[in-house]
Formats: sequence, C-alpha cells, structure tokens
Amino acid sequence: MSKFELEKAFGTLKAQDEKAFIAYIMAGDGGLQNLKGQIQSLEASGVSIVELGIPFSDPVADGPAIQAAGQRALSQGVTLEKVLVELARIKHEVSIPVVIMTYANPVLRLGAERFAELSHEAGVSGVIIPDVPLEEEREFGAPLAKYDIAMIRFITLTSSEARIKEVIEGAEGFIYAVTVNGTTGVREGFVDSLYDHLEKISRESDVPVCAGFGINDAEQAEKIGAHCDGVIVGSRIVNLLHEGKAEEIQSLIPKNRDIAANATK
Amino acid sequence: MKQIYTQPNENGHYGEYGGRYVPETLMGAIKELEAEYKSAQYDEAFQQELNHYLKDYVGRESPLYYAERLSKKAGGAKIYLKREDLNHTGAHKINNTIGQALLTKRMGKKKVVAETGAGQHGVATATVCALLDLECVVFMGKEDVKRQELNVFRMELLGAKVVSVDQGRGTLKDAVNEALRYWVANVEDTHYILGSAMGPHPFPQIVRDLQSVIGKETKQQMLDKEGRLPDAVVACIGGGSNAIGMFHPFIDDGGVRLVGVEASGHGIPSGEHAASLNEGSIGILHGAKMHLLQDEAGQVQEAYSISAGLDYPGIGPEHSHLKDIERAEYEHVTDEEALEAFKLLSHTEGIIPALESAHAVSHAVKMAAGMSPDETLVICLSGRGDKDVAQIKAREEGREL
Repeated sequence: MSKFELEKAFGTLKAQDEKAFIAYIMAGDGGLQNLKGQIQSLEASGVSIVELGIPFSDPVADGPAIQAAGQRALSQGVTLEKVLVELARIKHEVSIPVVIMTYANPVLRLGAERFAELSHEAGVSGVIIPDVPLEEEREFGAPLAKYDIAMIRFITLTSSEARIKEVIEGAEGFIYAVTVNGTTGVREGFVDSLYDHLEKISRESDVPVCAGFGINDAEQAEKIGAHCDGVIVGSRIVNLLHEGKAEEIQSLIPKNRDIAANATK
Repeated sequence: MKQIYTQPNENGHYGEYGGRYVPETLMGAIKELEAEYKSAQYDEAFQQELNHYLKDYVGRESPLYYAERLSKKAGGAKIYLKREDLNHTGAHKINNTIGQALLTKRMGKKKVVAETGAGQHGVATATVCALLDLECVVFMGKEDVKRQELNVFRMELLGAKVVSVDQGRGTLKDAVNEALRYWVANVEDTHYILGSAMGPHPFPQIVRDLQSVIGKETKQQMLDKEGRLPDAVVACIGGGSNAIGMFHPFIDDGGVRLVGVEASGHGIPSGEHAASLNEGSIGILHGAKMHLLQDEAGQVQEAYSISAGLDYPGIGPEHSHLKDIERAEYEHVTDEEALEAFKLLSHTEGIIPALESAHAVSHAVKMAAGMSPDETLVICLSGRGDKDVAQIKAREEGREL
C-alpha cells in the first residue's frame, strides 16, 4: 500500500461521479483490539478512506471531542508504535486506504525513519502531521517518500495566494483544506467565502482536495463536498463510536442518503 | 579570530532546535510577525517608544547591586544582583510584554491573548494591555487559578479576561495549549504575547532580544563598577527568558561562564521535577524542537516545581543549542534548596526573591564559595517574592496551598 492506493481510490470515485468521504477515528479509543472491527464497519458504511488518529498528550489542533478520545486511548496505553504494529497485523483484512494523523512529537520520538518503515509495513497510504508545515516537512517527508507514502499538506482560510501555490507544488495524496479558523469539532456553520476558496484550490491543485474540520452531518458534507473532491468528518464519528452508535455513521455519508431517499420513493 | 554568534538562522533554527512546528492556520500570522519585527528593529521611532516605556514606565535601568553580606556568607566571589525584581509588576516579564504590545499595535491588531502559569506573565500582559488600550484574554490552568487567586484578581482589575483551563492537569502546559487554540481561532485580529523565549520562531528570538536589555545593562554596569566583565552570570530557567536575556549579550565573551539553573523539585530521582535540559530528550511541543520531558512513546510529561514559574516540561530552544555547543552550563536546584536560599537572601540582604529566582541564588551561593574573592558573579534576580509569601507561610504551617 502507498500513495498509489489513494490515487486509485480517488480515481474510482471520480469515475462514479462520487465524492470521497474520509472518516477520522482515534486509534485505540475503545481498545486497540477493536481497531479491525471499527475500520471494517466504516468500510461497510461506505467510507472511502480512514484517517487514523494517534493519541497525543497535547493535541493543539483538536477540539474537545478528539481531545477526550485521545485521553481515553492514552489511558489504555496506546502508542504510535502499537497502532502501526496492529495495523500491520490486520492490513490484509482492510481494503480501503488508511492515512495516519499524528502530531510531530510521537514520530520524532519513534524516529522519522523507523516511523516510515513501520508505516510501510502497516500498509499506510499517507501521513498527516498538523504541526508540521511546509517549512519543517523535509525531516518527516523524506523518509516517507522512500516508501511512496504521501505526506499530506494543509491549506487553510489564512493561506495566502502565494502560500496556496507553494503548498500545491509537489503535494501528494490529497490536500487537506481546513474549513474554519480553529480546532476540530462541531460547528454552527461556515463562512460564505469557503466555497469559492475550495473551488479555487481544487482548480489549481493536481491532487484531490478534501475539506475538513467542523463537518457534522450529511447535509454539510454534501454542500461542502460539492465544491471539492471530498470531505473529512472526525469529531462526530469519534463521538458516535464512543457512544456505541456505529450504525449511525452511514447516515452521515451523502451518497447513502441518496440511496435511502431513492429506496423510500 | 573571534567567533560571532548569529543564531537563529533564517528559518528560526538554533542548531537543530527551534523551528516553526505550528498548524498551517498560524503560518501567515507568524510570518507577518517576523516581517513586522524585522522592520521594527530598524525603525528608530519604534525603538524610541520602546525605550521611553522601559525607562519611564518599567523603571529601567534596573540596579546592579553588590550583595556584600551574601558574598561574605558564601565566602568566595563577589556576588552582584541584577535587580529585575524592581521593575514595574515585580519581575522581568514586562520587558517582553511591553515590546510585544507595541508590536501588536504596529500590526494593527487590537486584541491580545496570553498564557500564564503563576500569573506573573499574565499580570505583565494585562498591565501593558491596559496601558496601550488592547483587549486582553489570559488562559490560566485551573490549578494555578486556585493557587494564585490574587494574581487572577490583579489581572481582572487591569481589565483582562481570565479563562480557567480545565484540560489536562490544569497547569501552564495546558494554558499554552488553550492559548494556541484560541489564537488559531482568532488569528486575524489577535496577537499572541508568548511569555517566555519558547514557542515557534520568531517568538524565541523576539523574547530574547527584548529581554537582552538585562544582559546589556549588566555588562555596562559591571564595566562601570568593576572595570571588567563578570566571571559568571547565573539565572533560573523555566522557559528560559530571563536567562537568555542575561546570557545573550555575553555569548561572544568566552571568559564569562553562563549558568542556568533548572528546578529539580523533589529531586531528580523522584521523577518530580522540571529539569528538561538535564533530564529531557529532544522533542517538539508548542511550536519548537527542544529538550522535553516525555515518555518513551513521545507523550509529554508534567513538570513539577514548588515554583509555578518553572514547572514547564520544555525549554526555550536556544538553551538547548547553548547546552549542545557547551557555551552554557545547566545545573539544578531542589525545592528545599530554593526555600533555603529564599530565606537566606531575605535575612542577609533584606530582599525577598521570587521562588524562581531563589533557585538561581541557591546555586550561585554554592558556586561563589568555590571561587576566589577577586572573582565576580552576577545573579539575575528575575522577580520579587511577594507573590510567594502566602504559599510559603502555608507550607511552614503545614498547610498546602
């Protein structure tokens, strides 16, 4: 597995005129032994890609829901290395691409080289590190490149035109377009300029653009997804899994809503 | 040829440390700050305004005082005290906040966010925000809010809004996390006045430069009083701002020993300490690469010290670099030793030091004892101890605050 799995997944979606639905879950929330089941149930719900969060003591990009999930995972003794080892064990039973979302420090502690090697063995397609901007990317990106694992970059509402060009140049996997100034978590709404912003990035980028932060239901997912290549939903899914309502996740995915609507017609 | 110290490089790295490990949302603001700071450095009007406030508002220059009785007690080198405790608001913190508040105005921003541990930086920030008519929000850990009730009241009196942080253990690290989250959400009209020489570039450089007034004055005052540079300067280290402010002007003066003193709390073997440089390993937290107290999996550990201003698990990245190149030495002092020094300075000189500064006093007295009477040593007395008196009284009475 590698960034080519992401290309393939986005290619298939495009051919079917569908948008990507990326589900974020916190690795080890509810115990690492449940990871396989969680990913398989997401897959069955129609999720296109899994973003697997690694718990960290100081997650400054995350809001309360993911912070709490991280604390639950940490109290179970979950570590980056354990997650990658478990992923390697179950990779043949998972068919959708998995990207890892982790803060920089656990990677640095494990060693960027070792992290890349373990990610490769685990079949990871891409890596998202929210506290590593372009300026600090090389140290983490270079070892991943050896295994063709995508280092996924961010564009935010505060990224200038020049900055957007810089980020797009050499981007891999997909662009993570942050929809709000703030942390992850459920929002009331989004600024009007978001949609033009997403379309502009999508026009300029060679890789797909997926929007995330604050997307909470199928309606928002559909509305935002219409202006880019897909959406990322995190906090809501994390909460549903924690509350034992995994079956409700499928109702967050716009295409399922269409199917359901057609079925009742 | 004499070597000239030029850190950081253009990307904000001090050797392998420092850098800008922040979410993309903040990169624009960080680069704006960097550009604005560069232009302010060469703007005479800005420097004049800063100097005006430092002189007439903060009360600089601060005295360099020969502590004769303390020197006798130590029985060795002549000990001088750089009296940052005499600044307005009682500590060195205001050297930084006044400069950053002026930068905030220069950037056309009207709001400020800050973190605080014991409340010293929070008070210094609230003070300059009142002075310059800026809106001010201060994040403070829930535990610290309880321990430092009076400082919370002070900040509120000065017009700041204090937000208590429930996350984590409710101390300084958690306050920084929340201040960063707040900044990400309000970056377009808000400046983050970081309180120490830490965080993402350009903060460590800006804070260092603003605090360097300590070392520059000390240098001139020593030349005036002794006709030569000191043999050593000693400062306590939490994030490391008073220390880097004292050290930086002396870095190219190889004959001056630079000694930083960390808090070893209940002692290094107890595991309850804040000695990141002595016991930490390389990590990334709050925007910078530095020495960090962390576990095997890269989870950040809580730091402990009797002094709330020192219990931070990381360290300013420039100190990590100065340690690596062996230009500065980093020692540590326990709670008990700091308390002894707190009393010693109070008794011998009539100066009640902040518990933070008492760590520097403790180590300096030990050092001085091993030096000769014609040698000199300067302690950076970073703050006054009024804020700690209630805590120490409670401790003596067998209560914990």
